[in-house]
Amino acid sequence: MDILTGLMHGFQVATTPLSLGMCMLGVVLGTVIGVLPGLGPPATIAMLLPLTMKLDPTGAMIMLAGIYYGAKYGGSTTSILLNVPGESSSVVTCIDGYQMARKGRAGPALGMAAIASFIAGTFGVVALMLVAPALAQVSLAFSSPEYFALMVMGLAMVVLLAGDSLVKALLSMLVGLWISGIGSDLFTATSRFTFGSVQLLGGIEFILVAIGVFAVGEVLANIEPQDPPKMLPVPKGIRNLLPTWDDMKRCRFAFVNGSVVGFIIGVLPGAGATIASFISYGIEKAVSRHPEEFGKGAIEGVAAPEGSNNAETGGALVPLLTLGIPGSGTTAILLAALTLWGFKPGPLFIHDQPQLFWGLVASMYIGNVVLLILNLPLVALFAQLLRVPAYVLQPLILGVSIVGVYAADASMFQLGLLALFGLVGYAMRKLDFPTAPLVLGLVLGDPMERALRQSLMMSQGHLSILLRPIPATLLVFAALLLAVPLFRKVNAIRVQVLEREEA
Amino acid sequence: MKPLARGGDFWSGLVLAALGAWIVSEAHAWDYMTDEGPGPGFFPMWYGSLMVALSLVLVARTALKPPTREAQAAMNWKEIARALTCWVAFVACVGLMNVLGFAVSFALLTWFIVAYMARRPHREAAAIAIAGSAVFYGIFSYLLDLSLPAGYLF
Repeated sequence: MDILTGLMHGFQVATTPLSLGMCMLGVVLGTVIGVLPGLGPPATIAMLLPLTMKLDPTGAMIMLAGIYYGAKYGGSTTSILLNVPGESSSVVTCIDGYQMARKGRAGPALGMAAIASFIAGTFGVVALMLVAPALAQVSLAFSSPEYFALMVMGLAMVVLLAGDSLVKALLSMLVGLWISGIGSDLFTATSRFTFGSVQLLGGIEFILVAIGVFAVGEVLANIEPQDPPKMLPVPKGIRNLLPTWDDMKRCRFAFVNGSVVGFIIGVLPGAGATIASFISYGIEKAVSRHPEEFGKGAIEGVAAPEGSNNAETGGALVPLLTLGIPGSGTTAILLAALTLWGFKPGPLFIHDQPQLFWGLVASMYIGNVVLLILNLPLVALFAQLLRVPAYVLQPLILGVSIVGVYAADASMFQLGLLALFGLVGYAMRKLDFPTAPLVLGLVLGDPMERALRQSLMMSQGHLSILLRPIPATLLVFAALLLAVPLFRKVNAIRVQVLEREEA
Repeated sequence: MKPLARGGDFWSGLVLAALGAWIVSEAHAWDYMTDEGPGPGFFPMWYGSLMVALSLVLVARTALKPPTREAQAAMNWKEIARALTCWVAFVACVGLMNVLGFAVSFALLTWFIVAYMARRPHREAAAIAIAGSAVFYGIFSYLLDLSLPAGYLF
């Protein structure tokens, strides 16, 4: 199926009443959770995933993807009006967005965030549509050693970019690998790490860990009573939300920068929307004719990061759908969703599931238009959500977590595990252990072990099979990625010694 | 680094080192390599060993750089106690579901969070708890036809 035919087929799928309804529901939910600080797409998608089991998978995937990219639109509202990022990827928008709002330009800042998100988000979908089928074609030549090396590289990227401490990120990932290994062995049915419990023979459900770590852990971390936020006013009337023609001219490069940087960073495992927004902001400031205005309310400082964090969505779906390798916590949960529905993301996914792939792509075009419409006239309404007290939201999140886990497997034992992983998530936050590597380790643990053992079976135990050109290149790249902080440290020590000698 | 992380690194490192050692000892009992290729002990042996090594690095790094008095003083034990209280309430809610069912247990949890954690008036807490529980039951049990935890009493 060529791209044009695929897209036409996709629009047929995405314009059915059910798909349109799911798309609307997803983007509205996404915008809501994007506006609310403290509740992110991974927690929301994880909580809702078990509830989608009775739904049509295409509609459910359209809704979950809508939450994913819708949250990025909503995150900017909180950044601009409150100086608090609604989403981690909107943190850069606080810098210039809030300054614009303080100067009475909240309207153009909100409008520009929505317009840049729309342009770059649409670019991301176009690029996804063009790149994914080509990459799937290339990856048809991959077998177990290539997949193992790819997964190692993906984990290395996530670990490298996950937090301040490389050691903690690696430990977090190793704990994820261990949890994935609990249950019966894939090849020999040997019981591993089950503590003699029959209930653990089937392993620990990924979704249970994700809900516990992301949702319950987040509630526990935010249980401290907080003062109500002091929100800057949203201008009334759509005219006051639209940027001027001069603003649009100033942001021409920011649209291109955000779109291209966001998509490329999205394709790389581990980098994610937050890194994309920081890089595009840095580029924008570096090439600007008015770098001195950045940090004081430059509208390009809103357009570039908001654009890039939306273009990242399209990029992140490329390795997820064509290689079956997620690059972030949210895409890891989307991978789990596809697996639970019985799909196998990988080189044959587009060929085998054209309805799902092209339906998703087409729904993202529609979703971006819906989000632009929602975020311009209704932004004042969404901003009111910030007035909902945390003590109303916290039990709500805990309740949906319980229902979500119980819906997947009606077992009180699973609810006990949910409580346990909630505590683990809280402890990780307090101790500065990044959660993304744990989730990635958990979701990639099984396929990674399978790929490694299959590779070594193919070579009768010789590691030389990993020295084929593609796996060797990827493994060397992964090793270099993990060595980077060491070099930085060596360099920092060298600089310290030099400074002491000079003193 | 967060203040708690300084002291916490040492203890979390020790816990993870113990976990890693246990993983290695368990993996030791399984086949590492068979005639057909790697056995069930192969992969855990590697990541367990790596976990022990990295945990000891974390412990050693913290031991060589002891936390400052300011950092220790800044540990917010009150905040931790509040979070743990909420967690215990959550566990109690899950435990009570076997007896009281979802609606009553969830209402009790909501009431506890609103009245005790957020220090809101009891009437407001009760109203939010009853309304929340009813909305949950309405949406999930009736509209979406999902089974909610049932107890002996409800």
